[in-house]
Formats: sequence, structure tokens, C-alpha cells
Amino acid sequence: MDHHNTIKTPHFSHITPEDLDHIYEPSEDSFLLIDALEKDLDLIRAICPAVCLEVGSGSGVVITALATALGPRCCYLATDINLRACRITQETGQANDVSVNAINTDLVDGVRSPVDVLIFNPPYVVTPSEEVGRGDLEHTWAGGELGREVMDRLFPRVSELLSSKGVFYLVVLKENRPQEVAELLALQGFSCTTLLSRTTGPEKLSVLRFTRNR
Amino acid sequence: MKLMTHNMLTSKGMKNVKEGFPLKIQAEEMRNVDIDYDRDFITRMIPKLDWKALVFAAQCVGHKEDLPDTLPEGYENDNELLKRLHHVLLEVEVVSGCLECPETQRKFPISNGIPNMLLNEDEV
Repeated sequence: MDHHNTIKTPHFSHITPEDLDHIYEPSEDSFLLIDALEKDLDLIRAICPAVCLEVGSGSGVVITALATALGPRCCYLATDINLRACRITQETGQANDVSVNAINTDLVDGVRSPVDVLIFNPPYVVTPSEEVGRGDLEHTWAGGELGREVMDRLFPRVSELLSSKGVFYLVVLKENRPQEVAELLALQGFSCTTLLSRTTGPEKLSVLRFTRNR
Repeated sequence: MKLMTHNMLTSKGMKNVKEGFPLKIQAEEMRNVDIDYDRDFITRMIPKLDWKALVFAAQCVGHKEDLPDTLPEGYENDNELLKRLHHVLLEVEVVSGCLECPETQRKFPISNGIPNMLLNEDEV
């Protein structure tokens, strides 16, 4: 069994400049999330996951990175509201010799539980509400008030979607009020750990990990 | 869309839908792909799948003869069955067509192998 705990950054040279007019280019937050998953690989393996799902997978680089690390022991699913992102996500998987199955949907509509590993790098930028979901690229970063309008729609569904031993990873910006986010999930019986934080210029990003209270 | 993915899709988020599972597959274009057989993966996934829904899906796409109606005891040791399961789960893909809600008959299109589960505002 493979116990290596480093994740090689997936290849994504198949993504064209034209694609990047429509999907989120792998960026600091994507790599931070991959670093956090890398850091947490032992925990993830210990829950013996069968289904891993990334919400809003964009380029597919994150779910692909997880798939290369965990190997062919799981079914890897990805959702994206943008059909092109779905296609590219699957191509990224293929380019890195893993199988990622994409579903074109809004957040997790249409996906049956249980999911063992849930991952979300949401559109977290604070913007006017009107900018949320206004176009392909706006979908990828516009988070509305407090940058929370999109992620707040996922939170009420996490408990039902996750398996009893399941784990949820979320990328947040300091402006998203991580403490408030933790409180919202705590109401559903989840405890929160800040796995990793990174400050890049004016942005302070964190990856939060949520697991059910025992 | 692989049949393994179909096993994880539902129309339950729609208004007035109780179960929304399994969705009926109406395939227009299908294709077969070659995926390396990984026995461990198949035996790990079986308990996570809804067997009846899988058989139903296989029936929809013309692969019913490959699978028994119920999962037999000792399936972990039946290499022939595991190989057929591998084929049906991972190697048979629906390229285009649709998924139909069993309760409302609402159709969810599949294009380029990707199912579209997006709902309209009035359906949520």
C-alpha cells in the first residue's frame, strides 16, 4: 500500500488560454488546498474513503491531486456549474492517469449521499451580491456579501451528504469570517480545525477541516 | 457517464420528489473504454453501491445479462462476476442521452458523457 505523503502537482498543460476565459486557473488557493490535503493524507486514508467529491472543481487540479495521492481505492467525483469545467476536470484526471467523474450541476444538486471526502474551494471574494454567478469567470470568484453567499448555500447540505466518518475541507478568506463559518457548521455537529493558512499579498487564506463530533 | 456515476445520481432535490432514484437511463450514444481491472477497487466499491439500481441501469443500456438480480454470497471470490462488474461499472459509458426522474419523468440531459443535473428555479 502506498504511504507516500507528498502530492505531485498535477499536469495541466492541456488547459488552453481560451479555456482560462471560462474556468478558474489553478492558483495559490488551489495549491494551498492541495498542500492541506497532502498534510491530512493519513487522516483521509484512515477513514477508508470510498467516494471523494470536489464541489466546483474548475480545472480539476485539486480532485486530481487527491486521486493521484489516494490511488484507485475511491470513486472520484467532481461537480461544476460550468459544463466546460466539467469536461476539463475529466481531462485533467486523464492527463494524470486518474479517473474523475464530472457532474454538471449547482453545488451538490443531484448527488446522492454518502460522500466520505468533500472538498470545496468556493468563490470567496467579497463582491456586490449582483456579481455572484453573473458569468463563467464570475462564478469562479464572486462570493457576494462577506464572500459567503455561495459557500453558505452548501453548508446546510453537508451533514446529510457526508458519511458518518466523512470529512469536509473548505478554503476561506479571512474576510469570510472563518469563526462564523465554524459556528454554522458546529450547529450541525461538526468540529473545525484550521489545517493550513497562507498570506499572499493582501489575502489571508485558510483551509478548514470539518469532522463530526463524536 | 459511467454506470458507477449513475449509481450516485438522484433527482431527490426536486420539489415533490420523494426518492428520485434510480434515474432511468435513455442512452443515445454509448461507448466502451478500456480500464485496467482492479479487483480491490471493485470489491471495495460493491458495498457502497445500490445493487438493484446498478442492475436497473445495466438493463437500461443493454448489459443486463452481465449481472445477477441479487448480489450473491461470496461475491468477493467470484472473479468472473467481479470482472463483469468491472466492465459494467467502469467500461460502459453513456456519451449522450438523458436520465429520467422516476417520479416526475423530468429529463436530465447527458452530453459528452457528462450528466447535467442543473435544476430550474421553479423545480427546487
